[in-house]
Amino acid sequence: MIHKLYDSAAAAVADIFDGATVLIGGFGEAGSPIELIHALIDQGARELTVVNNNTGSGHVGLAALIENGRVAKMICSFPRTANSTVFPDLYSRNKIELELVPQGTLAERIRAGGAGIPAFFTATSVGTQLAEGKELRQFNGREYVLEHALTADFALIKCRSADRLGNLVYNKTARNFSPVMATAAQTTIVQADKYVAAGELEPESIVTPAIYVDRIVAVSTPLQESDLVAAGAQYP
Amino acid sequence: MTTATNTAMGWSRQDIARKIAADIPDGAFVNLGIGMPESVVNHIPDGREVIFHTENGLLGMGPAPPAGEEDPELINAGKRHVTAITGASFFHHADSFAMIRGGHIDICVLGAMQVSQAGDLANWSIGEADAAPAVGGAMDLVAGAKQIFVATQHCTKSGKPKLVESITLPATGLAVVSRVYTDMAIFDVRNGAFELVELAPDIDLQTLQDNTGAAIIIPGHAEAGKAASL
Repeated sequence: MIHKLYDSAAAAVADIFDGATVLIGGFGEAGSPIELIHALIDQGARELTVVNNNTGSGHVGLAALIENGRVAKMICSFPRTANSTVFPDLYSRNKIELELVPQGTLAERIRAGGAGIPAFFTATSVGTQLAEGKELRQFNGREYVLEHALTADFALIKCRSADRLGNLVYNKTARNFSPVMATAAQTTIVQADKYVAAGELEPESIVTPAIYVDRIVAVSTPLQESDLVAAGAQYP
Repeated sequence: MTTATNTAMGWSRQDIARKIAADIPDGAFVNLGIGMPESVVNHIPDGREVIFHTENGLLGMGPAPPAGEEDPELINAGKRHVTAITGASFFHHADSFAMIRGGHIDICVLGAMQVSQAGDLANWSIGEADAAPAVGGAMDLVAGAKQIFVATQHCTKSGKPKLVESITLPATGLAVVSRVYTDMAIFDVRNGAFELVELAPDIDLQTLQDNTGAAIIIPGHAEAGKAASL
């Protein structure tokens, strides 16, 4: 019998190891799996490579993971956002590595990773600094740059509802990177606002099919990053 | 709007947004960049149906919600609270950027630090070594959208021209801009030159040329003057 439900976020992230590559869903606070990130801070894994569009804000969630010295390298498209000070400060002092990737290339590299495609050509970034040193090739008279797939050891994502088998639906623009991240990790760990019986989600509406999901934690009233930032919260 | 001292003549930011909106045809699918382009959404003429795409995963973006009705999981690419119109759809990032990279977006309106007469755009980095660079979706948008409109102040805050012969800041994309809207004028970028489309009512050609770092072409006429020195 398939059993993916874990009792706690702590149990679900217990085996994330030092040096792991971790995909973390969310675009700003929308879709950020903040309870899973906080559990990862408690768990203590270090030297992580983290993939996220941003670098968190304030001193909670992803920003706190970075601030607590757990992240050696960020792969992201936009490391500066409102209330984002932790990463820019470490970067300016040469204390953290950054691989800057155009947002669509980032999404496509993860999608390719999950689909077994090792690399692909794209027009994005041709003629810019971000294409320097990369293979270029012409197709139909236009120049394209070779980009490699991204895969990871773990994905931490958030969804609105997960059923017992691991089928997922998301909430509005909180969906963002999570469906592609779920496909590209060895182990995909989900925090769900609601955990429901198999059959309660409409099969035509399922966004992430169960095959991509390994572990589920029910978090019925998740923290909102912006509330914590507004309150000046710090984790731990 | 602020009531700060405004010594500049020419079009206001809202005027620029209105000019851009007037040029967006009925039925277009449009992506608006962060900053000045965002206000285009408020100026689409009545009777015209334009669908706004925001690259974090929403087609059918509506205006900001009333105070108190913000949803932290319903935001735009600038991470501002928005609404979803009737008939909107949500999708993940790879699908959203397939819309962009696959050439399905009709018009994208972006801000600029510099635009060259060849249509090269610089709008993501000032090239500082110790500041974390941030690119977001700008390089995908310029590579993939069918048309790139730029909305910008004509000059930088220190008064330097943003429209130049060659960009000196790191490129977002090469030969990608088709039209530029500033507080002083509207240009088509065509045949390696800025072609004047419309001059703001209280700006004369000499003022325009003096504030532009490349020769301005007036269709049907010789160039208005030689490029202002940088």
